[in-house]
Amino acid sequence: MTAPSTNTAKPATGIAALLKTAFTNALVALVLFSLMVGIRTEAGSSGQLTYWTRFGELASLVAVVFGGSIVIELLRQWIGPTGAERLVPPAVQSGMSLIGGYLTPALLIFTLLVPVIFYDQRYILDLAILVLTYVMLGWGLNVVVGLAGLLDLGYVAFYAVGAYSYGLLATNFGWSFWVCLPLAGILAAFWGVLLGFPVLRLRGDYLAIVTLAFGEIIRLVIINWQELTGGPNGVSGIPRPSFFGIPLDNSDDGFAAKFGIEYSPTHRIVFLFYLILALALLTNWVTIRLRRLPIGRAWEALREDEVACRALGINTTTTKLTAFATGAMFGGFAGAFFATRQGFISPESFTFQESALVLAIVVLGGMGSQLGVALAALAMIGGFELFRGLETYRMLVFGMAMVLIMIWRPRGLIGHRAPTVFLTKAQAISSDLVKEGHG
Amino acid sequence: MDYFAQQLINGLVLGSIYGLIAIGYTMVYGIVGMINFAHGDIFMIGGFIALITFLILISLGLTAIPVILLVVLLVSMAITALYGWTIERIAYRPLRHSFRLAPMLSAIGMSFVLTNYSQVTQGARVKPIPPFITGGYTLHESPDGFVIQLSNIQIMVVITTIVLLAIFTWLVSRTRLGRDMRACEQDQTMAALLGVNVDRTISMTFVIGAALAAVAGLMYLLYYGLVDFFMGFVAGIKAFTAAVLGGIGSLPGAMLGGLAIGLIETFWSAYFSVEYKDVAAFSILIVVLIFMPTGLLGRPEVEKV
Repeated sequence: MTAPSTNTAKPATGIAALLKTAFTNALVALVLFSLMVGIRTEAGSSGQLTYWTRFGELASLVAVVFGGSIVIELLRQWIGPTGAERLVPPAVQSGMSLIGGYLTPALLIFTLLVPVIFYDQRYILDLAILVLTYVMLGWGLNVVVGLAGLLDLGYVAFYAVGAYSYGLLATNFGWSFWVCLPLAGILAAFWGVLLGFPVLRLRGDYLAIVTLAFGEIIRLVIINWQELTGGPNGVSGIPRPSFFGIPLDNSDDGFAAKFGIEYSPTHRIVFLFYLILALALLTNWVTIRLRRLPIGRAWEALREDEVACRALGINTTTTKLTAFATGAMFGGFAGAFFATRQGFISPESFTFQESALVLAIVVLGGMGSQLGVALAALAMIGGFELFRGLETYRMLVFGMAMVLIMIWRPRGLIGHRAPTVFLTKAQAISSDLVKEGHG
Repeated sequence: MDYFAQQLINGLVLGSIYGLIAIGYTMVYGIVGMINFAHGDIFMIGGFIALITFLILISLGLTAIPVILLVVLLVSMAITALYGWTIERIAYRPLRHSFRLAPMLSAIGMSFVLTNYSQVTQGARVKPIPPFITGGYTLHESPDGFVIQLSNIQIMVVITTIVLLAIFTWLVSRTRLGRDMRACEQDQTMAALLGVNVDRTISMTFVIGAALAAVAGLMYLLYYGLVDFFMGFVAGIKAFTAAVLGGIGSLPGAMLGGLAIGLIETFWSAYFSVEYKDVAAFSILIVVLIFMPTGLLGRPEVEKV
């Protein structure tokens, strides 16, 4: 009769402990939220601060914390201890890899067909262009963060350099998009080298802060250098892209008239769509090719162990610098595209939040995984669209998501850490070469 | 000369506030080895809690300013410290043995959460308060009419900072907790083997850092007379710059760095341009890290394999 009694005793203490945890959490939440949620302050019309109470909201939040901790605690007991690797059956694994093999081409074909399928839906086309812009930014940053393992918190600075390069060159000198695009990339890469050269000797988190400071400096300079950049008012009237010299408008020598088809404003949207798709795919292609070159392998080695890299004779500074410059160049391309799509740029678009968003895309996608980054960009921007009406809440949710992802899957959704190039078979090394025995 | 002296006073006061925030950065970095990116936002939360407590106390009919200040100080330190504790528990502790960028990214996420949390709960508009502590002393009046002012609030900021630093130094160098903290800073595994509760020590580090940030928030509120939800970001980066400039991990260094940043920023605004004062502070961060990565009082960091 002892066995049942222990069986009944165990859940009893479990429930007591559960309630105790939930109660403690609720108490902590009550203190945390007491003033910030329970009291709302606002500056009145005469500048005098007034306040009113919101105890209803406070009570419901505390109740949510109480219930939430019970649910989480129950789930935790039900699922088992965290940290235990769940084994995936081989059949499921092979099935996943089979799907994985077809997923990329299928996605690519679908993306190519998006303008055909959604030709009439301007909103979806615009959204698709936005998603592709972030896919490209994500792939560009992936070179820096995912491959070389350098945490760059100021990536948006290069985006800004690209956008302003095109915007200023086009409005001041009337240069065409196709001349400015490479220039924007080169300028951004140049800034990348300029920043990277002195700071790349720094350790990971110092580097992060320096890049963040650099991003802010660029933004502040743009805001304050009014003669050149127009300050907070930005640059407007940036020319729209032309179809390789043929303007996409309603004029006599426009695209529609030249090709003898009826004019539609959608032509330009579709053109922009394919333009950013091509740019993004270029980024992807270059990255994939670079990974197989010595420099790409050096990046991956650097990510894994910097000290070992140095011991093996890899020049870490130049290796980091190339990663930085390559990433910056793609950021510059994306910036030029952004400028031509919007027709208007201002410092508002290049805040730290953008940097963090792109970084979150790379991290969520699994650093180093090209497909993961693309899917993460889709999920992130799509998610932002869902929260469109709730402007203030969406950054709150974004921050929470970032924390939760880090706790739940620090390696991202598709973690990819295997080196791109490796020996396929193990080779025995003669003991003459390694003193300790077999290598 | 008078102008210079006035700017010197202003710079030292601003520097005291930065120094208080910087201590939080430097302590956490010393022990956990991560940049607590959300620390600037903790400072902001501290400011908001101080503001709300002020409002409540005044509407309760309290008039004795020293009592009000003391209550506000204690309430804001206590609640903000709890914020620091909770954040460490939720966002950093599960990641302590994760890969090295994970805590940093989690901290960035937490910073967004805090910024937008206070925007959602308290609104986006700047919250001003009427000046509580008025008056001051005229130190010197030059013939051309320029007056060097030392206001009471400035005196209060500096005195509070000095008192807190004294308490804090005593805490770190003389108490059991301080010894545990220094032990964890050197070697967490060894400290754990010798009976130091590492988790608790790290929690306490965050609690103390947050409490000091809350004091800084209160000082900022009193000195500038306003708070807004976005003030933590820039103040946080500047305080981090101060911590790096002083040598990250070094507590006197953080205060020294804070004073240096406060002075540089004030003099830059006074003699060059106000628009570029943040650029100046951020440039200093970059320059210091390049030429003096260990800062003024820091120890050189040895990279271990």
